[in-house]
Amino acid sequence: MSQGWIEVCEVGEIDEEDVIRFDHGAVSLAVYRSDKDKYYATDGFCTHERVHLSDGLVMGSVIECPKHNGRFDYTTGAAKKTPACEALKTYPVQIEAGKVYVQID
Amino acid sequence: MTEAGIVIVGAGEAGARAALELRECGWTGSITLIGKESRAPYERPPLSKSALVEESEPSPAFILDETKLDRLRIQLITDSKVSEIDRNGRNVLMEDGCRIPYHRLLLTTGASPRKLALEGSDTSGVLGLRSFGDALAIRSRLLPGKHIVVIGGGFIGLEVAASAREKGCEVTIVEVGPRILMRGVPLPIAEVVEARHRSAGVEFKLGIGLAKIELEGDRYAIILADGTVVRCDTIIAGIGAIPETSLAAACGLDIDNGIVVNDKLTTSDPHIYAAGDCCSFPHALYDGQRIRLEAWRNAQDQGIVAARNMAGASESYAAVPWFWSDQYDLTLQVAGLPDRAATMVRRESPDGGFQVYFHLAEDGRIVAASGIGRGGLAKEIRVAEMLIEREARPDPASLMNPEVKLKTLLAL
Repeated sequence: MSQGWIEVCEVGEIDEEDVIRFDHGAVSLAVYRSDKDKYYATDGFCTHERVHLSDGLVMGSVIECPKHNGRFDYTTGAAKKTPACEALKTYPVQIEAGKVYVQID
Repeated sequence: MTEAGIVIVGAGEAGARAALELRECGWTGSITLIGKESRAPYERPPLSKSALVEESEPSPAFILDETKLDRLRIQLITDSKVSEIDRNGRNVLMEDGCRIPYHRLLLTTGASPRKLALEGSDTSGVLGLRSFGDALAIRSRLLPGKHIVVIGGGFIGLEVAASAREKGCEVTIVEVGPRILMRGVPLPIAEVVEARHRSAGVEFKLGIGLAKIELEGDRYAIILADGTVVRCDTIIAGIGAIPETSLAAACGLDIDNGIVVNDKLTTSDPHIYAAGDCCSFPHALYDGQRIRLEAWRNAQDQGIVAARNMAGASESYAAVPWFWSDQYDLTLQVAGLPDRAATMVRRESPDGGFQVYFHLAEDGRIVAASGIGRGGLAKEIRVAEMLIEREARPDPASLMNPEVKLKTLLAL
């Protein structure tokens, strides 16, 4: 893997249609595996309050905040339901040799 | 004379969310939001938690700020009290003599903390918690080494107690009931909460009432019913809340444990709606029984549904009741109404991080789920909420088995 790509986990360590937390230095991410077996990554904390999205439920392409039920499309970061109104930052993800990598700038 | 638009009395969560939703769903007329506090609408959940313990001076988490109010043309009137609703003329009368005409009126007047009343005692110094101002007053008393007595083992009292311990106060909780969290939380979860508080050093006086409160200089002596004396610096009462129904009652709207609304959140006057803590509504999931909730999400969602209906929609409100509480490193969540169940089954996460109870009616229908712990708890409760919504009858053995993903039960 070229520079800037960080190993997150083995593929399969994230259940289908689920999310895990991944911390790297000062950055905390939520890394998703979609119901279509694709991987995505966003900022870990909800843009509404400091609640980690990896504790929330993934439904299709949507992650729901476990506290206040704000919703985001984790494939684009777009806010979908109040009280979330500010988009989530997303990060590029790649799969190589059975491992999930994320690019943190 | 201004054109009659939508007037919202009560600028808390429900009122503010309704104002936002009115613009969201295309209402172009005027929106007037009337609040009795001096601040723009803000979120209340942090008041018993971060607002009390944060190092830096807290500021409210505003739902609507000036920019949003301007952009959405929402007129916010603060520090203001409504004296009367004139239903015939469809006017709201303000204490300062102003009249505001309405096309539709929404009452989101909330609830007020029940005041501690004790014959022969001066309870004027007893603090309660509802507003940001109340939180600041409590915050200023949570100094290391001070002794705080919390009256009432409900959520507000327990969250304040946890915050006070975090600030290094000595804390005693006095609860007249035999255990904490008597309302809506099963015994095993209340036991986990109590044990967590005890391990943090909180002292409990359970099953015992108050006899008298005496002032001793700038301190208090609380005399309990059995004669025990508890001396402290500050008393905080968390003994429930009373729905604010006085305006509604005075103009002749039906009242029954809150302002009576139907499933569309309309009161007994078709031009007036009510939402949030102040109203009682029939719930389709519980045989149409009338319930009233004091919960953040209910206030928000009812505000939104009332707004849509005032703007011409005809939506029924039937969301699954849900709330959470954070104390120390524990989160507690309840979806549905556990007291409507006949039995419960337990699931523990494989790593022991949390436990969930599923509450089943006699016919096997799942009517509630409650849980406590860390980590993945919220996901389990969220899926349980969907099962409750669908009136599912999941196999109890699957519910108990943590190896069975709850999501798979949704597909059945």
